[in-house]
Amino acid sequence: MAKSIKIRAKEKGGVTTVKALMTHPMETGARKDSKTGKKIPAHFIQEVVCKHKGNTVMTAEWSGGVSKNPYISFKFSGGAKGDEIELSWSDNKGGSDSMKSAIK
Amino acid sequence: MSTEIKRRIFLKRSLAAGTVGIAAAAGLLAPQRVLAAWNKEAFEAKELPAALNALLGSSDVAESADITVKAPDIAENGAVVPVTVDTGMEGVESISIIASNNPVPLVANFVMGTGASGFVSTRIKMGKTGDVVGIVKAGGKLHSAKKEVKVTIGGCGG
Repeated sequence: MAKSIKIRAKEKGGVTTVKALMTHPMETGARKDSKTGKKIPAHFIQEVVCKHKGNTVMTAEWSGGVSKNPYISFKFSGGAKGDEIELSWSDNKGGSDSMKSAIK
Repeated sequence: MSTEIKRRIFLKRSLAAGTVGIAAAAGLLAPQRVLAAWNKEAFEAKELPAALNALLGSSDVAESADITVKAPDIAENGAVVPVTVDTGMEGVESISIIASNNPVPLVANFVMGTGASGFVSTRIKMGKTGDVVGIVKAGGKLHSAKKEVKVTIGGCGG
């Protein structure tokens, strides 16, 4: 599950804009397999946490209603160029991943 | 901030579901399952007021002109609908995104930490035509704005 996250963070005028893409199937659990007619079990990201220098700036809680390979973007103030940010996710099957990046 | 929130949700949930708390205390459930911050009740609620009560503690929402919900007028593919919620309000605590006609209306909840401004953008699935509602919690009160999105091909079920 390595490298399931791409992050880009850019600082401009004191506000840092973070954009991130994750690779994940985001199955709701309501979809049926067209061949077997059986339900595809739910498999989706439940929580995304973004930290800046160890402080949590944003926590997202999701249902299966977020699109496959989720995209997320948000802004925060107080970040500076070169600061480290870390984004991590965890899903309903216990899978997780995290990624660090520097603010540009 | 984060641990504080997790602790609060944990306390609330273990009180609400006393049996779960007892089961956990007896060691019947793996502790990490109980401690997960994810709000199962809210994210599985089929009705919006129930979801809001479980998530934000209230379903009393006032419409506000200070919130902009950006989404396409017509979504050709309901599986990927870009949604942006932007607000100039001070002290934003959380932003929730709701697709009112989805089987599970509550799509996402973003809890804003220190320094975060009232802006989130993501992509959601929509089963059919309906309103996309952005709910902003600021200063302990709930404010909302909505935008209708027409969906030509649904993104839920299949």
